[in-house]
Amino acid sequence: MTEQPLLQVKEAGIQFGGLKAVSGLNIEINRGELVGLIGPNGAGKTTSFNLLTGVYVPTEGEILLEGERLNGMAPYQVTRRGISRTFQNIRLFNELSVLDNVKVANHSKAKHSIVSSVLRLPSHFSGEKEMEEKSLELLEIFQLHKLKDEVAKNLPYGQQRRLEIARALAAGPKLLLLDEPAAGMNPQETHELMNLIAFIREKFDLTILLIEHDMNLVMGICERIYVLDHGQLIAEGLPEDIRNNPKVIEAYLGEEVPKDA
Amino acid sequence: MKKIKGFWLFLVLSIIVYGTVQVLINAGILNNFYSNTLIFISINIILAVSLHLVIGITGQFSIGHAGFLAVGAYISAIVTMKLSLPFPIAILAGGLIAALAGLVVGIPTLRLRGDYLAIATLGFAEIIRIVFLNIDAVGGAAGMQVTKMTTWTYTFICLFITIAVITNFTKSRHGRACISIRENEIAADAMGINTTYYKVVAFAIGSFFAGIAGGLYAHNFYIIQPSQFGFLKSFDILIFVVLGGLGSLSGAVISAILLTVVSTFLQGYPETRMIIYSLVLVLVMLYRPQGLMGTREITDLFKRKSVKGGS
Repeated sequence: MTEQPLLQVKEAGIQFGGLKAVSGLNIEINRGELVGLIGPNGAGKTTSFNLLTGVYVPTEGEILLEGERLNGMAPYQVTRRGISRTFQNIRLFNELSVLDNVKVANHSKAKHSIVSSVLRLPSHFSGEKEMEEKSLELLEIFQLHKLKDEVAKNLPYGQQRRLEIARALAAGPKLLLLDEPAAGMNPQETHELMNLIAFIREKFDLTILLIEHDMNLVMGICERIYVLDHGQLIAEGLPEDIRNNPKVIEAYLGEEVPKDA
Repeated sequence: MKKIKGFWLFLVLSIIVYGTVQVLINAGILNNFYSNTLIFISINIILAVSLHLVIGITGQFSIGHAGFLAVGAYISAIVTMKLSLPFPIAILAGGLIAALAGLVVGIPTLRLRGDYLAIATLGFAEIIRIVFLNIDAVGGAAGMQVTKMTTWTYTFICLFITIAVITNFTKSRHGRACISIRENEIAADAMGINTTYYKVVAFAIGSFFAGIAGGLYAHNFYIIQPSQFGFLKSFDILIFVVLGGLGSLSGAVISAILLTVVSTFLQGYPETRMIIYSLVLVLVMLYRPQGLMGTREITDLFKRKSVKGGS
């Protein structure tokens, strides 16, 4: 008996008016895998993420997480079922402190009600304390705990990226989607990021799907890669196979010109 | 521990303020004009703080707050004048019905963003006003006579509850959820926050307290008329919040006090009143575009000092 994949995307796609942004998307991710999604600019990678997280409702096909259909769920419902994400252009809660950014993502794990908070009942204090402890634990892993009271917008770029990942983890995902986590990082920072991703994957028993342009990172840590171009999957496989796949090379570099021309 | 200490400090301070004013009123040192001004200031603080929750915390730009004030005013007036029930019940009923109106208005309109929401809420407030204008049972355009029942005690209790509830709400996971919507709605949604729910909750709580303020307001002026609840009233409340600094509760309180005092004492100069009032607004916005307090609270000032002193 084969185990049910964590995520199944079956023939999913979305159309904006007459434009098919993504179509016929088939992705299967097993528990514990680290999978890459690559493709040239405008290929539909982020759109695919938006489909998976409920930002867009697919106009065709279906998306299943542990067999449960996610089509038409609001983003917060998808998150509560176990998919959380980071964004290509950082979307932190800028005016909130680093700690509060993580606490917000902890929100749906806590139980205390509005009434208990307003009346300051014991459940409010215990709930808030638990949120704070959990959040601090996470920040320590990301070495951001010394900056916990700093306002998020004041952090340097690399730390903002790290905080975004920490926040995504606080939502307690089974599947973590990273949208270009290394964008704008120098090689040293990218290297640290690779280690960090490998570490949190072990530590939190995560399955990860990441979009990335940095081929060193993708080839270095992904076990499997999907390649998108013009809204369609053009290849799927191990990093070595993808590297040598003529279709992929064509998508990235253009068609090969015959040598004798 | 610190948080609890803060609450007791707040409670003690409140009792001192209340007690002092009450003693001064009883001793006849504060005449009717001053005690009325104090009540009016408190009502405006309640309004400012309730709108602060919607605009400053949740970031939903609603400019129809006078509509909920009107609901609270009329409902409470009906409860005391027509049903002859006690005043506290009237205040509560005004608040509850206003909260209900907030739900009815909020559920469809809070899908809208930015200026669209502003226009929709403004429209709803006008609808509420015109409904009261056309009900003869509450006097139509001529207005409704109301006995004066609002006292400093009632007003202060309501003010205290408003500030306590909204502070406690804001400083909890629920308040953080609302702030995250203000900061970045897409990210809040992606982090598992039910954004629609929290927008509606904040709106309903805001409307509830606006309704409470309405009850106090109605029983302070002998008569209520629909014209008192036009969009200019909504803008007055909006100005308290913006001038105080979006996101700062103490800012809203301070600017409500300041502007009410300015506008009360300018009543002696009706020709220049609006000019001076407007100049105050223009000057503040020129020199403090972030509002009087920015996003900070008055308590932050003390915190910073104590941190410095301690280290």
